[in-house]
Amino acid sequence: MTDRLAEMFARTRAEGRPAVIPFVPGGWPEPDATLEIVRAAVEGGADAMEIGVPFSDPIGDGVTNQIAYQQALEQGVTPPAILDAMRAIRAAGIRIPLLLMGYCNPLFAYGLDRFVHDAAEAGVDGFIVVDMPPDEAGEFEPLVRAAGLHMVYLLAPTSTAERIALVAEHASGFIYCVSVTGVTGTRSQLSDELPAFLARVRQQTDVPLAVGFGISTREHVESVGQIADAAVIGSAFVQAVTSAPRAERPRVVRAYVEGITGRGNGHTPGNG
Amino acid sequence: MTNLPDARGHFGEFGGKYVPETLMPALAELEAEYELAKQDPAFHAELETLLREYVGRPSPLTLASRLSAEVGARVYLKREDLNHTGAHKINAVLAQALLARRMGKRRIIAETGAGQHGVATATACALFGLDCVVYMGAEDIKRQALNVFKMKVLGAEVRQVDSGSRTLKDATNEAIRDWVTNVRDTYYIIGSVVGPHPYPLIVRDFQSVIGREAREQMFEKEGRLPTIAVACVGGGSNAIGLFHAFIEDPVRLIGVEAAGEGLNARHAATLNAGRPGVLHGTKSYLLQDEWGQVLEAHSISAGLDYPGVGPEHAWLKLTERAEYRAVTDTEALAAFQALSRLEGIIPALESSHAIAQVLKLQGALRADDLVLVNLSGRGDKDMGTVAAALGVTL
Repeated sequence: MTDRLAEMFARTRAEGRPAVIPFVPGGWPEPDATLEIVRAAVEGGADAMEIGVPFSDPIGDGVTNQIAYQQALEQGVTPPAILDAMRAIRAAGIRIPLLLMGYCNPLFAYGLDRFVHDAAEAGVDGFIVVDMPPDEAGEFEPLVRAAGLHMVYLLAPTSTAERIALVAEHASGFIYCVSVTGVTGTRSQLSDELPAFLARVRQQTDVPLAVGFGISTREHVESVGQIADAAVIGSAFVQAVTSAPRAERPRVVRAYVEGITGRGNGHTPGNG
Repeated sequence: MTNLPDARGHFGEFGGKYVPETLMPALAELEAEYELAKQDPAFHAELETLLREYVGRPSPLTLASRLSAEVGARVYLKREDLNHTGAHKINAVLAQALLARRMGKRRIIAETGAGQHGVATATACALFGLDCVVYMGAEDIKRQALNVFKMKVLGAEVRQVDSGSRTLKDATNEAIRDWVTNVRDTYYIIGSVVGPHPYPLIVRDFQSVIGREAREQMFEKEGRLPTIAVACVGGGSNAIGLFHAFIEDPVRLIGVEAAGEGLNARHAATLNAGRPGVLHGTKSYLLQDEWGQVLEAHSISAGLDYPGVGPEHAWLKLTERAEYRAVTDTEALAAFQALSRLEGIIPALESSHAIAQVLKLQGALRADDLVLVNLSGRGDKDMGTVAAALGVTL
């Protein structure tokens, strides 16, 4: 089985730029919206996508994502519906890496074994589980690895050398470095402590590093590119999605991602 | 059984630290500081002085004579309602405020449902001169206006939470978000035996004074152990506090959950009707739908109105060391009135659930049975709710 994440990082490293990974809650703003949003993002130059699995109590998220999750849940979006959206993305010929991001409890309720199996079958490449540090992933991580998928862990500016070592030992695909001490949401400036934090992580691992939380502009992406392998665009992308009526959305989303990647022209849609 | 949780904070399959990575170092720091404090005689001396001279401990053990005659056994009430601030919450709050001070954290945050934990936290912060922010759901702010005002009088900032069900669950989410953001200078005082390790351990240890005192007092008065110990369970701190001293004893332990409008309708009976899952950093029983979305709880008692429960209770249920029953709003209201009229003690609606369970044991009890009930709080805060439920306009 091809490792889409490894291929992506090989390519972006060769091109001397960071991978750009937008985040959007699955099944939102409308239950059937995910495919067209992902397609528009890919056309704009997105290298991979993180799809949020809605949860009622997202303690690591700020108000933007929290409201989006709540709206998705109110429209009856369930994990099987998210997996259906992943299948639809693959059926449309889109081959970029797809990561599911979410919280423990919906996974436990689905059944960890069955969830990993169904996600792999649907074309998912890896998981980011906000409230499952390696310490509590003893059951999930081996299932993910056995399926040939990636378990992406997070690190934060508060992470000690011991925590970095633990995450480095368990990480695959990439490590998601949270740019600030806080929850998701846009910020006007990236933290001054980010380079030192990334350097501390880099000392202990060769796994690609992604930076997320508060990245919203081309300038942010460029400065992240100096110190990391990928930039995750979360709340800002979510806001771009909601900034236009549905008919206008593909154009607006594509234009936003083009702006943030500085790409778009000459990029072949669907080619990853 | 008393040596749980294990080093990783697990009670069997329950407990643990299901939190964002940002908080993991803070939990490790708290664990380390708590171990140091436990071995520090000065810490214990200061806490004991506070509990004696500020809280008014030990709380009395009162023989409820007329209630005893009613149910046909000897019923004793552990009087946590007589503590300063009116409930058991203050025990663990003062101890955690001492921990915060040791750790050099000057800013305290807390979540509150009924407002009792918020008032206790605001009280401790006033006493120690710490900044205090209390998160409270918009719905609860409406139901508990008096406690909101009390917190403000005590100098705390009350932040209204408008997300989700606008109750304790969402106030807890918001407090956790604050902690994730301000973890370097902020101590989060959790109000119950819930949340990530080491909170269920720390709060249990500091509430265990209830059972230790009660055990000693029972021996003084009766020369023997109680037959049954009864306490209400929302998050479960007063119940764990009572049960812990009796875990190794041949004492029947009964936790009483809120059945609300009935187990087939809206309720908060997590252990009776929930399934294992993860909420607010810990694995335990949880009210959830088939897809793992957390459901809103309901109880007439705001302090029991929580869809989760402490992981140690999940463990005590699984191992059958404790049994968990459920009492409806109506039964709790009847017990509230019964204790008021029989004993001249107006209980909190939370504690009324425990009293209701004792009334339900009538007929199953023997005359020489000793029933120990944790009267976890007083009912002053609930007079408006009870009046409304009884159709009385104040």
